[in-house]
Order: sequence, then C-alpha cells, then structure tokens
Amino acid sequence: MRRLLAVAWKELVQLRRDRLTFGMMVGIPVMQLLLFGYAINTDVRHMPTVVYDQDHSAESRDLVERLVITGFYDVVGYVHNYEDIGREMRIGHSHVAVVIPPRFGRALREGTSARAQLVVDGSDPQTVASATNTALSLGAAYALDLSTERLEKTGRGAGNTPLSIEPTTWYNPELKTAIYVVPGLVGVILTMTMLMFTAMAIVRERERGTLEQLIVSPVGRVELVVGKIVPYIVIGYVQMTLILGVGRLVFHVPLQGSLPLLYALASVFIAANLALGLFFSTIAKTQQQAMQMSFFWILPNILLSGFMFPYEGMPVPAQWVSQILPLTHFLRIVRGITLKGSTFPEVEGEFMRLVVILVVLVVLSSLRFRKKLG
Amino acid sequence: MSEPGTTPVIHAEHLSRRFGDLWAVRDVSLTVQRGEIFGVLGPNGAGKSTTIRMLCGILDPSGGTGSVVGYDIAKQSEQIKQNIGYMTQRFSLYEDMTVEENMRFYASIYGMGGRERKERIDEVLTQIGLLDRRKQIAGTLSGGWKQRVALASSTIHRPPLLFLDEPTAGVDPVSRRHFWDQIHRIADQGTTVLVTTHYMDEAERCHRLAFIFRGQLLATGTPTEVVEMRGLRVAEVESERTIDAAELLRKAPGVEEVNHFGHVMRVATRGVSEPETLIRSVLAAANIAVQRYQTGRPNVEDAFVSMVREDEAVRKSGRGQEAA
Repeated sequence: MRRLLAVAWKELVQLRRDRLTFGMMVGIPVMQLLLFGYAINTDVRHMPTVVYDQDHSAESRDLVERLVITGFYDVVGYVHNYEDIGREMRIGHSHVAVVIPPRFGRALREGTSARAQLVVDGSDPQTVASATNTALSLGAAYALDLSTERLEKTGRGAGNTPLSIEPTTWYNPELKTAIYVVPGLVGVILTMTMLMFTAMAIVRERERGTLEQLIVSPVGRVELVVGKIVPYIVIGYVQMTLILGVGRLVFHVPLQGSLPLLYALASVFIAANLALGLFFSTIAKTQQQAMQMSFFWILPNILLSGFMFPYEGMPVPAQWVSQILPLTHFLRIVRGITLKGSTFPEVEGEFMRLVVILVVLVVLSSLRFRKKLG
Repeated sequence: MSEPGTTPVIHAEHLSRRFGDLWAVRDVSLTVQRGEIFGVLGPNGAGKSTTIRMLCGILDPSGGTGSVVGYDIAKQSEQIKQNIGYMTQRFSLYEDMTVEENMRFYASIYGMGGRERKERIDEVLTQIGLLDRRKQIAGTLSGGWKQRVALASSTIHRPPLLFLDEPTAGVDPVSRRHFWDQIHRIADQGTTVLVTTHYMDEAERCHRLAFIFRGQLLATGTPTEVVEMRGLRVAEVESERTIDAAELLRKAPGVEEVNHFGHVMRVATRGVSEPETLIRSVLAAANIAVQRYQTGRPNVEDAFVSMVREDEAVRKSGRGQEAA
C-alpha cells in the first residue's frame, strides 16, 4: 500500500509540474462545454414563425402577441392551412407555426379547455427544445393569468386547465434536443482524459527509461498500474463534476435522476477507458504514438456513439461499430439519468454491455501488459 | 545471506538465455564475494545487460541456475528485488521532479517512511554534497551530477548488492572519477557492486573482472590476473614512417596489436620470447630506423582486445571450413 501511494504521489508531483497537461485537464472540459453549450444557444431566439389563426378572436391575437413578446418568435406571416405550414418550413421561411383552432376564444371565455398547437421543425433540432419549452411555459403562465382573472370574477378556481398549448414535432419524431450535448460531453471528456493521459503516462516511463528502474524495484505490476491510474480517476471525477456543474449553472441542464447512481455507474466507464489506455501503452513506443492512437480512437467515438449524430440515423454497419464503443452505452446512461431521471433497472441493459466491454478490455490489456514488462 | 563473508553474494552456474535463435548469454558461471566491486567488461551487445537482468530476477534464464543475496533467481525474484539496487545506462531519475522528491520516491517504494526516510535522504545528500541543491529539478543538473544522484537514489535503501549497468556512459572523465569514488565509498560500507562498463580505465578500478564477449565468458580474475593470464608483452616504439612500420609489424608473427599514440606505437606481442629483437629486425629489414624503444606495461584493454581478436579469428576460420 505504501508503494502504491508512493507511485500515486509521484504521479501527482509530476502532474503538478506539468502545467500544460494540468491546464488541459481543467481547460478541455470547460472550453468544450462553453463551445458546445453556446453553439446550442445561438439563434434560438427570433425563430421565424407563421400563424394559422382559425379563430380570429381577441384572445387568439392576444396569444400571438404574448408569444412575440418573449422574443423567441418573430411572426413572418399568416397562413390558412396545414399545407402552407409545411411549404413554409420546407423552403426554410419558418421553423415554427402557431395553430389556433376555431372557437379558441370562446372556449377561453367559457372556461372550458382551450387548445392551441405549436408545430416545430424537428429537422433543425437545435430550435426544437427552446421553441417548445418557451411556448409551454408561456402557455402555463397565460393559463395562470386566466385562472387568476376568473378567480377574481367568479370567486372559484377552475377545475380544469383553461389553456394548453400542445407542441407537436414534425419531421423528427425521435426528438433529439440539444440539451443532450452537455451530459454527452461528460462521456467524451472522460474518454479523452482517461485514455490519452493513461496511455501517455505509462509510455513516458518507458520512453525515459524509468520503467526499467521500477521493474527491478519491489513495486509490483498491480501497484504500479493502480498507483499511476488512481490520480487520473480522481481527475476524471473532477472533470465530470465540473461539466455537470457548469452545465447546470450556465446552460440549465437538468439533473432528473440520482447523482450517486451516475457517479457509481461512471466508474465502470472510467475503468474501461483506463484499460484501453493501458492497452495502447503496451503498443505505443513513444508518447507521440500514444497520442495519435488516442485520437484515432476518440474520433469514431465522437462520430458514432450518438454524441453528435443520432444512433437511429446511422447505417446498420455503423451501428455495429457503435455498439462496441463504451461511449455509446455510457451516453445512454448519462442522458438517461440526467435528463430522463432513469433508475438503475432502466439503464441496467446498457450498464451490462459496458461491463462486458470492460472485461474484454481488461483481459486484453493485462495479457499485453504482462508480456511487455516481463 | 546466513553468514556474511562465507556465502557468495552472487553465484551463477551455466547461466544461458536465448532470444529466438540467438544466444544472448551462453554458459556464464561467476561468483562474487561480499564487498567486492566486480566489473563485467564487454562490447555493446555482448550480453552484459541480459546477464544483469537475469541476476535481478526480471528475466528468466533459458538454462543454468543462480542465487543472488541468498535467493534463487528463477523463483524468488521478489525477495531479490527488495535487496538490490539497480541503475541503468540511461538516466533513471524523473527529470521533472526535484532531487529530493526523486529520493523520497525511491525510498518509499522500498518501504521506507517517516523519520527514517527523511534522515536517510539528508545523509545521502550530505554524502554526495547536494544538500543545498535538494530542491533543484533533476532535469537541470549536469550529466555527471545526474548520474551521482541516480546512484545515491538507487542505494537509498542500503541494499547489500548494487547492479550498475554502464552507469557512466557518456559522462565526462572528471565526473567519472567522482562517480567511481562514490562507488568505492559504497563498497567500503559493505555493499557488493556489480558494474558493467566498456571503459577500460574503469575496469582497472574494479576488484575483480569478467570479460564477456558474444554471450560467453572469456576470462575472470583481478585486473592483474586477467592481464597476466593473457601473457602479453608490450613495447613502446618510436620510429620513422610510422604508418608503414605499423603495417609491417601487424603482419609479423606473434604481434597481436599495433596502436598509435601520437608519435609512439604501442606494440603488443604474445608468445614472443624476445619482442625487442623481433620488432627491431622487422623494421630493419624495411630500412626503418628505430629512434626509441621502451618496454611498457600491458593493461586490461590490451588483454581484452587480444582475446576478442582471437575469438573472432577462431570463428572466421570455423566459418571458412564450413564454406569449403
């Protein structure tokens, strides 16, 4: 144990000296988070909107006005049927349509359920989330206004919701919202850090000739590997916390599920990446090679895991590749827990796949590692 | 190590190691006593490092047996690792850590901690005279200092046996002297040292030597013994037309080696009863005047070169016969 701690301490001392690497460990997650995060947020305001008002009442005009005031919707025209909405969206004139059915105003006045529809162009997923979210909260606020008003008039509250806006997403029923990116970043950053820095940390010892010194010392293989890796596990969790924290503060990424569950399940994902980093370190002869191998691995991870492009949209062979990437499964877990509030039984399937990948990687890398050191 | 002084620290018998078709080490037997500085000499690729790696227990021998500090090299490598120090030809410190941090790390992996570790580090730093530079980053030290810090680090746990694999490769002569003073100091404190080198002046500073060439042991003994065993006689000759003279002497029977040292030729002969007569007659036949003749002392390098030459000649003739 003392030897293991000695190795971990040494690793931290070296890390502290290596300002660049240390800076990268904190800088990469924050930079990527802001990049991706703000990329999501650009242009969600002033979405070109058409209105299909079948009611032409004071109330319908009031609703449109309230929507415009939020700043998210710019009314660019009025249409008179659903076909026109489709045409407007296809040629890119508008991304949103507000549909107000006949008798909307009367329903509101009578206090029965009034409904309006918000049609959103899902082929531009970045707009979907904010378009629907804004409309929904606006609807709720409007409804509250109305019930307060009625409460003042009649002295009794409404039994039913006086107004509901029903968002419908067209062209992309499997709604992929941009808010998915931030939890996904947790997985991407962990892959980068765990893989690259582990592979490089071990190759560096070989490159500089210090590994040989350690082999003839009483430090065992397990002590050496675990000792070197522990600091990086800690760093991995720090990065994860950083991303989730900044994501929440800056981009209001929700956390629906259990944080301890997420941290616990992340350990398997971290371990899988560390094992892979070890495996790379047995192949690479120089730190540069280790770096290149890491990038070679990270690129398909970003493209095929579902981080950037939806899994469902990939051709079948790409989906097979996607299945063997640890990131694919971790992304589903992290999105499930943060965004959907998934519980363990709900992500167990993905978790088990992650475990299988981990076992395979551990076996592979320990076989290679034994050979190379012996 | 039941009774120090009686059991040899290293005892190897018929040690061999094969890599594929190549025998890196073949049938090496050697014994090193406690407190000795034992030198292993040989050119690059002779099998020196392979031998050391087997003795450390990190490389399994293909054949033969050995015991190091009382433990079996094939079965008890963990115990061996606890009791040896090891320093390679490559700089084996962490360049981005300070002198003190390096020592602290090595002390810790040998199980030292707390006060004991701190005191030992202070002691070692005082010995090598680096107390005031303990906070210096190791990578900024000069080459000679790096090697001395590395040596101090590899003996921080007071190992009974120290392996040094070409520790002074690429270090300037003055630093090498300092380094060897340090080795002698360590040996005086009771540590046995096995050192490989291809510097012949360093070989003469060892208590005993082994010549290794193409994986085989050619000779062992004290430097004097090894030289005497070879039966060389050396003459230092100054003459005219030294290039021609050297050419003629090399062809003469019994002449092993002719080397130029400035204006002086160093002529080593073997099995010649009257080297002076031989040399003078060869040169006289070519009308080359000898200006000065002096008998010299054969050294380890002469003996080593002579042995390697003979070995190569035997191999060449052997191959010639095979071809014919």
